[in-house]
Formats: sequence, C-alpha cells, structure tokens
Amino acid sequence: MALERWFRRNRPTRKEDDNAPAGLWLKCEACNAQIYRKDLVANAYVCPECGHHYRMPVEARVELLTDAGTFEPWSGEIEAEDPLGFVDTQPYPERLEKNRQKHGRPDAVQTGAGLLDGQPIALVVMDFFFLGGSMGSVVGEEIARAAERAAAERRSLVVVTASGGARMQEGALSLMQMAKTTVALEALSARRLPYISVLTDPTTGGVTASFATLGDVIYAEPGALISFAGPRVIQQTIKQELPEGFQRSEFLLEKGMVDDVVPRKALKERVAATIRLLRAGADEPAAAKEATRAAAL
Amino acid sequence: MPLPFEKPIDDLEAKIEEMRAYASEQGIDLVDEIARLEERLQRLKRETFDNLTRWQRVQVARAAGRPTAMDYLQGAFEGFTELHGDRTLGDDPAIVAGVGRLGERSVVVVGQQKGRDTKENIHRNFGMSHPSGYRKAMRMFDLADKFRLPVVTLIDTPGAYPGIAAEEQGQAWVIAESIRRMTRLTVPAVSVVIGEGGSGGALAMGVANRVLILENAIYSVISPESCAAILWRDAAEAEKAAEALKLTAYDLLELGVVDRVIDEPVGGAHKSREETVRRVRDAVLQELASLSSQTPDALQEQRRDRFRSQGRFRDAA
Repeated sequence: MALERWFRRNRPTRKEDDNAPAGLWLKCEACNAQIYRKDLVANAYVCPECGHHYRMPVEARVELLTDAGTFEPWSGEIEAEDPLGFVDTQPYPERLEKNRQKHGRPDAVQTGAGLLDGQPIALVVMDFFFLGGSMGSVVGEEIARAAERAAAERRSLVVVTASGGARMQEGALSLMQMAKTTVALEALSARRLPYISVLTDPTTGGVTASFATLGDVIYAEPGALISFAGPRVIQQTIKQELPEGFQRSEFLLEKGMVDDVVPRKALKERVAATIRLLRAGADEPAAAKEATRAAAL
Repeated sequence: MPLPFEKPIDDLEAKIEEMRAYASEQGIDLVDEIARLEERLQRLKRETFDNLTRWQRVQVARAAGRPTAMDYLQGAFEGFTELHGDRTLGDDPAIVAGVGRLGERSVVVVGQQKGRDTKENIHRNFGMSHPSGYRKAMRMFDLADKFRLPVVTLIDTPGAYPGIAAEEQGQAWVIAESIRRMTRLTVPAVSVVIGEGGSGGALAMGVANRVLILENAIYSVISPESCAAILWRDAAEAEKAAEALKLTAYDLLELGVVDRVIDEPVGGAHKSREETVRRVRDAVLQELASLSSQTPDALQEQRRDRFRSQGRFRDAA
C-alpha cells in the first residue's frame, strides 16, 4: 500500500526540486561554467566542472543512499493540522496544500527503510523545497517514528537534514518537536544502534539544535550552510562582517563540530563503511552468543 | 518606565497619592473618596490585565522590574549557593546556577538571568547565553543526578545568543545536548517560564516533568519581531505576529506545551515582586511534592512521554 503510493504519485508537471536554474543548459552558480542539466542530474546534482553541490530532490537523495530497489517508504500516513489558526500573508492550510500539490508529499520529510550496501537502515530525508524543510508536528512525528521503528527493527538510522528550522506556523508546538525527536533517538541509543547524521545545505535553527547534531557521527556535505542562527540574524545583532566561510561545512570541521566533510559522490560508501565499523562492536558479540546458544542446543 | 497601557493606572495611582497628601496637609477627611478611588483602581487594573492583547503580554513579560531568576534564587531558596563555570571555557553570566533549599528539600537550580538594570543587562548579555552557559547547566544536571536532588529551572531569555563565538563554539550542538541531558535526568525536574521563553535557547532548559509558566510570561518558537520580519517582511508587524504565534500562558496551556499557569498578582509581576516570588515558590513546592514518590525510571519515562506526545496532526487524507 505504502509502496504503491510512492510510485502512484503523479507529479510530471512540477518543477524540479533542486536549486539549479531551470532549462536545458544552465550556468553554474559557483564557477559560471555552462553545464547540461542532464549531466548535472546524472552527477547527483554536483557541478561536473567545479564540484559545487546543488540542493537535490528527495527522490534523488533516496536513490543515492539506498541499494537499488530496496527502499520502502514509511512516511506519508499523517498530515499537518492548523493548531494555531495561523494566518500571515496567507492561511497556513493554503500554504500547506500548495506545497503538498507541488511536491507530492504530505509534509517536508520522507522516511523509509532500505539497504545501504546490504545493511538495514532507516532513512530520513528532509525536503527543503517543502516550506523550507521546516519542522512542525508532522516532520517531528515522522522523524520520531522512523527512529523508534529503526530501533525496533534493529536498523541503523541515517538522517539527511535540510531545513530552515522549526516551523513558525505551528508556534511552540514546532519548538517542542526538538525535544520529541531527541526523545525518540534514545530508543536507538538504548539498543546501541548507530545514528549517522548527514548535514546538507542548509541546516539551521531548531533542526540544527536538536536531532541533526545528535548523530553518533556527523557528516556534512561540502559548502553547506550549517548554523543555529542564520548569518543575517548574526550580522544584524553584531553589526560586523562575518568571517570568510563562516558557518560552512569546512569551517565547522575546523572548529571540531562535524566529523568530516564528505562529497556527495563518496557519501554512500562512507556512511555504509561507518555503520559497518560502528555496528561490529555491538552486533558481533550478539552474533557470537547466538551461535554459542545454537551450538549448545 | 510604565508600559503604554499602564498609563491610566499610573495616573489614577498618582491621583490617589495626591489626594492622600492633600488630606493630611489640610487635615481634612477624604477617607471615603480615597476608598472609592482605590476600588476604582483595583477594577481598572483587573480590567486592563484581564484583557491584555498578546502583544501587550509580550511587553509585560519583558517589563523592567519584573523579577529575574536571581530574585527567585535569593527570595525563594534558602541558603542558595551559586556555583560557577563550565570547566571548559569560562563562566557565562547569562545563566546562574547552584544549590539551595526549597522547603524540606535540597535542590539544584538553574536560571536564565537578565539584568535588573542596564549595567547588569550588559553583564548578563540580556539573558542570552553562549554555549558555555548550557555547559554549566549540564554540569548542574550531572550534579543533580549524582546526589539525587530535584532540578528546578527558571526560563527567561530572548534566545540563545546569535553571535560569532557562540556559533563557533557550537550553540546548536549544546542546545541539542542539553535537551538530551534533561530527558535523561533520573530526578524530578520542574521548569518555570518566568518571563521570556525564547525558542531553542529556552527549551534547552525546559525538558522537565512539569512545565509551569507565569500568567504574563511567553514561550515561543520565534520572537514576534523575527517572525514578522520573515513572514511579513517587516519587524513592525510584531503585534500581528504575536497574535498569530499564540505565545501566551493560557494559549500554551491549551496546546499542552505547559502544564500549569501561575497567576500573577493583579497589575503584573513587575508591580508585586515578592508576592510573585512567593507564588512561584508555592507552585514549585507543590509540583515537587507530587513528583517526589516516583522512581527514577518512572520520572524519566513520564518526562519522555510528555515530550514524545507533543504536537498535533491527523491521518492523511
């Protein structure tokens, strides 16, 4: 049923969910090279000329991080309410509906199960193009459920973040999702299952200040903006120019805040290898004990 | 400085004072007149404060003269002993912490401290802490678990500080860690939002078994000014944003974000500091008493369930 929904979705007319300019040909925003869009897509949305990482659609991310044909979607059973009756320049339910239509999912996250180089994982991919990947009740709940289900099924958890932070339109309930997701991650810790957090451009605010930075291992994609407060807010507060490369992945690596900066092309292999290394400790003795018990019978 | 909507109240108070002075000066009996005005004053205060708009409550929550964390630490806790430092980088004055006695119990208490005047406000960075402050708080949570002491946190911050050093030292990381640290507490924890509960920087101190809030305090995902700047592209629309965000005590009670509202004396906490401190003390004592018989596991589970169940959603169509 869930699988069917994943494939049934029709969205042939929607724009690509990435931040590369539209058109057959485009000029790379980083190196100005003329690139053929198809080449960019085939190269996992990384500029073939300069290696600039574009934001990529959720489906492409899922494809990138799971073995072909193994992904089984979990999310999509729930959708947002409008608990505050929030209206800014348009009512929140209208904003939501437009985004649902445009992006073909109920909210800003896709979760599911799959194999990563043969290892069972739960995968969470945030959709920055859906209301800025903001976290309201649904995003929080989907992530919490994915973490808990991963723990129950003894899967490692891989979360790919892309978010402007907590969703203003659900007020303090969005804020509470920071605690909710954190609580849910405890299920994995209790079972000694790895949680790998992959920070992509951009990851800010309440998402950075909760599950995103609680990974056992934290990787960041090259050049990603990763922050608590956005650069504009900081600039307004301190009224000074920000240092070069401030709040970018490489800067955070230097400051000791992430484990490594991993190019997208190497990401699958790196995450798979990390999980394999981490799980060896907890899994092997269990396997050995199981073997001993079997032998005794 | 009085808040704009307090002017009629202040004017009436001044008038009563004047009349008193005049009566004693002239030796005439104005007791009845004064009593009538006093009555009118009480009615006016009640009417004003019962009908505050959300934006006006934001102003009360931030009002000068409102009791700060330190006022509670010194007024509600006997023998409060302040403990300093994060053991790594320094001591963040925006967070005050220590141990003290609350009734029969020793407790660990952590509060976000705004200044009581401009000079102190600068020293306290307006209650906006750096990562060091959250690390100090986490040290206190360790202390509480080790010595089996309940935790009381007092929340009052516009938000975690948005600055260069704060970002470099991992502001987001320590907030996430502090949230996780609180979910792991094995002792009772009670949080009180006493003024401004500003976003993640507030939540980092607020993962408690019971979350209380003063009647005119606020707790929000974003400040009304920032929300307005983003959604209306104009910080001057903060009043609209405050309405939309539903950030007042009774809004939050309805949303299940807080468990209990502590009523303030009529006219607001900033006009009756001691009475407010007493009310907060009584409420925290009650909550701690109700939690005291629970096992460490049960406390942890209740706290986790409380936060795990936050949010509203429905089955997808």
